[in-house]
Amino acid sequence: MTTIEPVPIVEQRQHRRSFVDRLGSMLPKIVLAPSFAITLIFVYGFILWTVYLSFTRSRILPVYELVGFDAYYRLWSQPNWYMAIKNLAIFGVLYIGLCIAIGLCIAILMDQRIRAEGILRPIFLYPMALSFVVTGTAWKWFLNPGLGLEKTMHNLGWESFKFDWLVNTDMAIYTVVIAGVWQASGFVMAMFLAGLRGIDGEIIKAAQIDGAPTIAIYRRIIIPLLRPVFLSAIIVLAHMAIKSYDLVIALTGGGPGNATELPSTFMYSYTFTRSQMAVGSASAVMMLMGITAIIVPYLYSELREKRS
Amino acid sequence: MSAATETVSGGSARTARIVIYALLLVLAAVYLLPLYVMLTTSLKPLDEIRAGDMLALPRQPSLASWYKAWGEACIGVTCEGIKGYFWNSIKMVVPAVAISTILGALNGYVLTKWRFPGHKLVFGLMLFACFIPFQAVLIPMARVLGIFGLANSTAGLIFVHVVYGLGFTTLFFRNYYEAFPDELVKAAMIDGAGFFKIFWRILLPNSGPIIVVTVIYQFTNIWNDFLFGVSFSSGGASPMTVALNNLVSSSTGVKEYNVDMAAAVFAALPTLLVYIVAGRYFVRGLMAGAVKG
Amino acid sequence: MSFLQVKNLYKKIGSNDVLKDINIELEKGGFLVLVGPSGCGKSTLLNAIAGLMPLTSGEISIDGQVINDLHPSKRDIAMVFQSYALYPNMTVEENIGFALEMRGVEKAARAAAIRNVAKTLQIEHLLDRRPSQLSGGQRQRVAMGRALVRQPRVFLFDEPLSNLDAKLRVEMRAEIKRLHHKTHATIIYVTHDQIEAMTLATKIVVLKEGVIQQVGTPAEIYNRPANLFVADFMGSPAMNMFKGSVVTTNGVREIEILDNNTRVAMPSSVADQDLPDGKEIILGLRPEGITDEGLVDPTVVSMAKIEADVTLVEPTGSDTFVIAKLDGTNFVGRVRADVSIAPDQRFTFVFNLDKAVLFDPSSGLRLV
Repeated sequence: MTTIEPVPIVEQRQHRRSFVDRLGSMLPKIVLAPSFAITLIFVYGFILWTVYLSFTRSRILPVYELVGFDAYYRLWSQPNWYMAIKNLAIFGVLYIGLCIAIGLCIAILMDQRIRAEGILRPIFLYPMALSFVVTGTAWKWFLNPGLGLEKTMHNLGWESFKFDWLVNTDMAIYTVVIAGVWQASGFVMAMFLAGLRGIDGEIIKAAQIDGAPTIAIYRRIIIPLLRPVFLSAIIVLAHMAIKSYDLVIALTGGGPGNATELPSTFMYSYTFTRSQMAVGSASAVMMLMGITAIIVPYLYSELREKRS
Repeated sequence: MSAATETVSGGSARTARIVIYALLLVLAAVYLLPLYVMLTTSLKPLDEIRAGDMLALPRQPSLASWYKAWGEACIGVTCEGIKGYFWNSIKMVVPAVAISTILGALNGYVLTKWRFPGHKLVFGLMLFACFIPFQAVLIPMARVLGIFGLANSTAGLIFVHVVYGLGFTTLFFRNYYEAFPDELVKAAMIDGAGFFKIFWRILLPNSGPIIVVTVIYQFTNIWNDFLFGVSFSSGGASPMTVALNNLVSSSTGVKEYNVDMAAAVFAALPTLLVYIVAGRYFVRGLMAGAVKG
Repeated sequence: MSFLQVKNLYKKIGSNDVLKDINIELEKGGFLVLVGPSGCGKSTLLNAIAGLMPLTSGEISIDGQVINDLHPSKRDIAMVFQSYALYPNMTVEENIGFALEMRGVEKAARAAAIRNVAKTLQIEHLLDRRPSQLSGGQRQRVAMGRALVRQPRVFLFDEPLSNLDAKLRVEMRAEIKRLHHKTHATIIYVTHDQIEAMTLATKIVVLKEGVIQQVGTPAEIYNRPANLFVADFMGSPAMNMFKGSVVTTNGVREIEILDNNTRVAMPSSVADQDLPDGKEIILGLRPEGITDEGLVDPTVVSMAKIEADVTLVEPTGSDTFVIAKLDGTNFVGRVRADVSIAPDQRFTFVFNLDKAVLFDPSSGLRLV
């Protein structure tokens, strides 16, 4: 027996039941109903509303006359949008790749019976507790070309050191990557560490008895066993990359120029400051499609596995 | 599986361990650096910052910038510091966390212990709602809040955070109650307890850990939110994160880095505190949100 | 009219028949054990009686009152679960008193009832503890206390001993039996353990794939199993089965088993059955019906001495099980512990045919 069926009042012999009993049997649904209704209206209803707006000519205020794919044509003819997509690709790939590489390395180091694990782990993880705005503010100062890292290096005697990525159009997006990786890699480390701890120690012992050196054990046995963690980490990070907005705003404000424009900042500025609501909606729909393509198969498989 | 290094090994093991510890210490220093710089900068006077070295400890630590950030710094046209915004955030976070947690607990209870045909679809729809990019609901929400007079109000932000936090709180409680033995519910049913009695007397008293996880997760998320804050509030009604960004990115007057950093410390303090006090639950919440199932 | 009655009960889940045409009657004070392999529907049936699962059709009544549509709490039943289902946040006292509290029983009356039950079960010293501070056996007692305090019309036990270790299981089994004897409670008890069924029941119901195979007293079920399934399921080691056929020589009907010309007399259980010559049968004989010559019951009417090759010897201490091979068919016999016997040896077994039963190989039913 894995589930309790609700005591069968509704399904059978309703005529014998009193009103109170029937109300009682409806209670669970009545309790759930408001939350479900809220989700339907404010998530799915609003998504449809946004989709609808993307087919109109809305500018500063919504108008409801449909004009077809006009906004999408305009969206895809914006150099800004291409910049946003390109930046998202750079940011996404580096952010996910670096977080996983660094997270996995630290996790493996931490898994060597480290005595100070209880002190080290919180140090790698605390950035995750910070707001992106705080992270952005801190790194903006840290990377400040005049007074930050660059100056520190000069003071230390490295006169030729130059680090102006924050104001360099070609490099600014990489500062977003650095700050993002700093914030999330500790969390990825924690995921991998949990995965490592979940591996059956007897498998490792068997491999040791078989004569495998430590590196081979990691490469051939442990890392392949961490596959599900890789998948989860990629999904979570990809999702965070597409949604990330605050970090860019706080760190670079999307600039210099439009050098660090991302779809999320594009959507916001076109909708609320440039009065191009239809184009903004269209970009939001594109973002939604991107996330759906990643999340739905993942959720589906996760819920599937649970059942079997 | 820390068994890997448990075995008897030769003399090179010692060198290996020294390398491992050295690597970890360097990495830890790198992770701590921004926080260190943020803190020390906030304690330095402006001329020391301009002249000196970012990594140096303050020569004469002073909390002057902290006082200024809290009570005097100019954000927009008002110069009353960030304290008002700090309280805005508190007034927003507490009810939003409480309401979304209670609703999540009830939803999780119904979805695991009082299943009905279609419960999977209902849960699936609520779960997916956790992951949508909020940009896809921003415009309609702005309109609706405007229509109901909730734009630019704490009540409006509470509502928004409850609505878009429900998916996660429901997920947390559903997964927790999924593992809660059905036999206890059956026993209580036979003992004569009804729907709410079972929840109140049997499930809730045994939900301590998941309540802590959910509260911390929601607290962190809502406190740290920027997008909803910047979209649905302005001026004096903004939450802390928005005020911080306004302070830091304002380009009028002399740039007071120490005050900026002090304000950032204030914005970071509540969540850092929660993290220090209950880090274990914080991590568990992150994991639960990441690895479904 | 019997005290508890289940009439034509069906339960479908999807298109699956989980329970098919279940009919059970139990007198007041009876101890009914539902036994069967896992997935046979016995727990489903118990849940249906408890009201934790809707029926597809059929009727359940207690003391003449149809309870199909009653909420579990209104059926006046109590249930002991496999996991005990003790509320972890409550003390033992609160656990036992919870049902009374839900029914609005006064605090003083509640306390008295709890004391009373705790005394019966010898758990008075545990009343302030929480379930996590109790051992398995203590939890088991608390779970029973929670049921007893209600003084319900019917007790339902869902595999209550399966989480205990072997020794404790035997103790608690005796405890339950003692309790039943003392309180004359009406009990329905689900188990997959045929020894529990045999030792506890006044009436056993054997279920397989949602269908009742046999209803009877433990002795009836053991000695006269209704079909091959019951014969095989009840008893450990299982009943030996020999293929054979009826032969008549010189007007005497005998049974020829296996390939060679091993012939045995017609078992007395089918003595007056008119079986045609050449009829295929299966002869069933429990291990205790196959012994060494020294253990033969002097009152036995019909027996046969048969030599077979010993393949394995399993001493249990009190006696020894011998697995031997006869024409490619393995069988188990039970011999005295002091008989000297070793593998690869030829040994003369005595088949006590008074205890043998015959089955029809096509229907699987016992021939009577």
